[in-house]
Amino acid sequence: MATTTTATEAMSEKKSNRDLVQAKLAKRHRSETTFRAVGLGAILIGIALVFVLFGSILYKGVPAFWQATLHLEINFDPEVIDIDPRPVQQPGQSAAEHLDNVNAWIRGLRRARFDRLVQSAIAAEIPAAGDPSETRNVYGLVNANARYELAALVEADPSIIGTTVPVALVANENVDTWLKGNIDRDLPQRMQQLSPEQQEWADALYDRGVIEMNFASSIFTNVDSRSSGATAGLLGAMVGSVMMMLIVMTVAVPVGVMAAIYLEEFAPKNRLTDLIEVNINNLAAVPSIVFGLLGAAVFINFLGLPLSAPLVGGLVLSLMTLPTVIIASRAALRAVPPSIRQAALGIGASPTQAMFHHTLPLAVPGMLTGAIIGVAQALGETAPLLLIGMNAFVASVPSTPLDQASALPVQIYLWQGNENRNFFESRTAAAILVLLGVMITLNALAILMRHRFERRW
Amino acid sequence: MAAVDTAVEAPKTKNPHAHNRFATIRRPDPVARETKIEAKDVSVIYGTKEAVHGVSIDIPAQAVTAFIGPSGCGKSTFLRCFNRMNDTIPGCRVLGQLNMDGEDLNDHALDVVLLRARVGMVFQKPNPFPKSIYENIVYGPRIHGLASKKADLDEIVERSLARAGLWNEVKDRLHEPGTGLSGGQQQRLCIARAIAVSPEVILMDEPCSALDPIATGTVEELIHELKQNYTIIIVTHSMSQAQRVSDRTAYFHLGDLVEEGPTKTIFEDPQEPRTKDYISGVFG
Amino acid sequence: MNTFITLAIVLIALSFVYTWGAAASRRVASQTGEKLHSRPPYYGLYLVLWCAIPAAIIFIVYSLITPTIETVIIQSYFPQEVLNDAAELANQTRQVESIAGGFGMFGEPAPYQVQAAAALKNVEWIGKMALVALIAVAAVAGTLVARTRISPEFRARNRIETAIEMLLITCSAIAVLTTVGIVLSVLGEAVRFFTFVNPIDFFLGTSWNPRFSTTGHGGQGDFGLLPLLWGTLMITIIAMIVAVPIGLMAAVYLSEYAGPKFRFVAKPMLEVLAGIPTIVYGIFAAFTVGPFLSTMGDAVGLDINATSAFTAGIVMGIMIIPFVSSLSDDIISQVPQSLRDGSYGLGATRSETIRRVILPAALPGIVGAFLLAVSRAIGETMIVVLAAGNSPVLTANPFEAVSTVTVTIVNQLTGDTDFASPQSLVAFALGLTLFVITLCLNVVAIYIVRKYREQYE
Repeated sequence: MATTTTATEAMSEKKSNRDLVQAKLAKRHRSETTFRAVGLGAILIGIALVFVLFGSILYKGVPAFWQATLHLEINFDPEVIDIDPRPVQQPGQSAAEHLDNVNAWIRGLRRARFDRLVQSAIAAEIPAAGDPSETRNVYGLVNANARYELAALVEADPSIIGTTVPVALVANENVDTWLKGNIDRDLPQRMQQLSPEQQEWADALYDRGVIEMNFASSIFTNVDSRSSGATAGLLGAMVGSVMMMLIVMTVAVPVGVMAAIYLEEFAPKNRLTDLIEVNINNLAAVPSIVFGLLGAAVFINFLGLPLSAPLVGGLVLSLMTLPTVIIASRAALRAVPPSIRQAALGIGASPTQAMFHHTLPLAVPGMLTGAIIGVAQALGETAPLLLIGMNAFVASVPSTPLDQASALPVQIYLWQGNENRNFFESRTAAAILVLLGVMITLNALAILMRHRFERRW
Repeated sequence: MAAVDTAVEAPKTKNPHAHNRFATIRRPDPVARETKIEAKDVSVIYGTKEAVHGVSIDIPAQAVTAFIGPSGCGKSTFLRCFNRMNDTIPGCRVLGQLNMDGEDLNDHALDVVLLRARVGMVFQKPNPFPKSIYENIVYGPRIHGLASKKADLDEIVERSLARAGLWNEVKDRLHEPGTGLSGGQQQRLCIARAIAVSPEVILMDEPCSALDPIATGTVEELIHELKQNYTIIIVTHSMSQAQRVSDRTAYFHLGDLVEEGPTKTIFEDPQEPRTKDYISGVFG
Repeated sequence: MNTFITLAIVLIALSFVYTWGAAASRRVASQTGEKLHSRPPYYGLYLVLWCAIPAAIIFIVYSLITPTIETVIIQSYFPQEVLNDAAELANQTRQVESIAGGFGMFGEPAPYQVQAAAALKNVEWIGKMALVALIAVAAVAGTLVARTRISPEFRARNRIETAIEMLLITCSAIAVLTTVGIVLSVLGEAVRFFTFVNPIDFFLGTSWNPRFSTTGHGGQGDFGLLPLLWGTLMITIIAMIVAVPIGLMAAVYLSEYAGPKFRFVAKPMLEVLAGIPTIVYGIFAAFTVGPFLSTMGDAVGLDINATSAFTAGIVMGIMIIPFVSSLSDDIISQVPQSLRDGSYGLGATRSETIRRVILPAALPGIVGAFLLAVSRAIGETMIVVLAAGNSPVLTANPFEAVSTVTVTIVNQLTGDTDFASPQSLVAFALGLTLFVITLCLNVVAIYIVRKYREQYE
């Protein structure tokens, strides 16, 4: 019978097939294991890279938050600080004239030999440092701005002249490098940053506890400084960044949300809105540096806005963040089930009412998450800011968005290029930690929002 | 074979806690059939929910067995035990024994790759790979290393497509994408793809539910021809289809096997009231 | 303080107008006995719009023109010799403003300065009074006009909704205007550059040596694009060699092998890499990876520059890993489960299913994702600025320093720049090249990905 033969044939074929499959099984399972291991390996490499990246930055940056500081008993000797009382505004004198007098007085005060005060305070510990010919050498142990700090103490309270006051002065950056071992102590003297005496004194003062490693609050309270690396801080850059973030929040977020509302709920589906859609997707992938070129050409060259201004930076970053905010907001609107909108329309609400009273409130958490991510992205952006002059050295805290300012990432860029690499490598890493800290906080906030306002329908 | 026999009689079950909650009514078969697969107390558990309760059934060789029942009755889940497709679902556990030619299919030492080469499957929705018709057919033989020479592969393609009744329709466009065929052709392509590895058993999970009546007719004819060479198990929600294509029918209800026996007997003289109600269309 | 008081007054006035409008509409309704078309708040809002918009326009116009008018008035008092000296003119103008502001100036003001200050004070006062009066009139008139329109059949809600829609459209237009702005500004400046340098010399030149900016004597340096483009290409290739295998395999593992718990932990960890600002990667490359590779090179006898295409490429690859993996993950997850079932049902192992079914099915989408990654690598700036070495030479050796398009944009447009020399303007020609390349990649990629999504929807 025909059917039986085919059946037997099929049976024998199946037997041999089974053997064929069996023969290859071990090899196939081995390749399966390999493939799986490669996949797991890829993820582990990725995660390992995260750890290496953070590890190297933490390793370099964390020590920078503790900085060599001299704790000295400074005697404000009236013979050294020989200065008139602070001028008072006379009747009939204009404000401008008075200001000029005060400035002249401060200039005079700053010319006083504060370095001698520092020298005698150190000589109290190490008599050899008291020699008048060593003033320069001894003063080199403290940061170059120490004289201004001392002058500021006198300016704030002239009555301290003649008294002895304990003062904490941040050590010179090279002392810090020396004590932390960030420079090879065996290098020949011509390659060292400290003179042999300074090396000896620094070690001695450290042993006696006059120099301590204290928290480097100057990172947060000072502006950048060229003359005194040890006290260079991020305050100006942080204020600049905050201003730009505020501009991004007030420009990109509302505009982005409203554009998303229009495109998602009101725009007719035609060629034009299609074009806008494609355009927004493209804009999200345009390199950030191109936005910098836009800023340079339009805001600086055409509109004549000042260079290095947070206003310009904020606007450039807003334009750059806009597509991100629009895309996130549209996704949030789309995630609201259409049934809610239909229900509102069904009881007679106009499309606008349905949008603003029903859909939008439900989409707000998603939009906020998108907005925070956009702001965080803008916070870390560097390249466009370089093109609008924000890489200029700025040693003041901007008080308006039109003042010169720096930004955190740009400050990092500037510090990494500092000639005193031994000191600024860790200072740069510390600045990165500050930036990452802010970004992680922002992202954590976004994640928290997402979990907190998890879908309620 | 006893008309009524309870699952309790299977003492060496691996399944400690689940039995068919009702005694399955078993109807005698007028024709003596060789048993291909013997299921003993098979339960399927998704997480904490038991979807199939200790089902025992014998699947005859070179015949079509139909699993029918209302949706959610566990018939598809049970079917997927025969080639261990439930393994791909996280949190799904299968208990009990499934003996095919003396081997326990549910034994975790058993190689699923080999098992699936022996037990092929056709799914509810036609799912040809986004490759050419030719590549769809040779996929199985290639991965299993059944043939590597072009001539052998060509032969497999022709034979499988011919058996699936598709050869004449597609022989001139073997290198066009399989996704470009019509629904019925796609499903027959999937059947041909399953045949290409020469399985012993073919599982069909509602193979016609996505097809129009004409395509359904073609596939049913195909099933009828295939049973001469293969053991076929088909899940269907269409009672008329079960009547048309199957030799034996098993009626499932809420995870229990209620009644099984020759198709003719089940449809003409159901004994269980639930079977009767379902067949006469009271619910379903 | 003044600003706050003004703001408070404005807000109080507007809320009064609102209440009045809402009340008026109710009164009209009860008098005529007809049902209002819209609810009373809409009539209130309608009045507010009519009150605020004309007044706001007047205020904006005033703010725009006053500075010019004031300068003209001040300078009309100045003698000719001052007017001829631009620096002195600006200085004296500031002094007059200072005197008029009551702060005074240092030294004795010239008589004409005193006169000018008096006149300025006068004009400022008149201007402010006029502004207040005009705004008040406009606000009241606008409100009254709007009030006369209130009637039961007046469709206030539709008016408000139209106003809202106009606002929304404006916001969407900003996104389009940004693109237009980029194209116009970059193109415009690039065209100016091409008046100095022949486009053929630019696009096909093999030597890059722009020399220093010497205004008016443009065109002396060599402005050949090819060395920069080659550097960009080399770094991009290295980056993709790093990112594609790791990113793709990580995506495959995450979507096909990983359990939900592993995925929940590993996916965000990989995405951390995506959130790190590029300046941080740049520093990582310059401080850590570069020296490390250089040392490794020495150990195996390879001469690897610390700043080289290799360093920049590897770090850029690390940056792109999460980009590739999350895009690929999305794409792979969209491959329908039925294809996986089909393959498993035939006895394929997981890796066979992935390699022979899932990846081929996902290929178009993955290619799109890669193109987006390439576009990102090409446009990346800070990593290459810090780690590529800035040496614009045609070299096939990846271990040597190179330069890229983005690096050169930064170099040419920072520092002392003017918008008249080819040395600065070339940045825009480079920006244009960059924009066009990335735009093409993005358009193609977005198109492919979109088509891919539609295929499985």
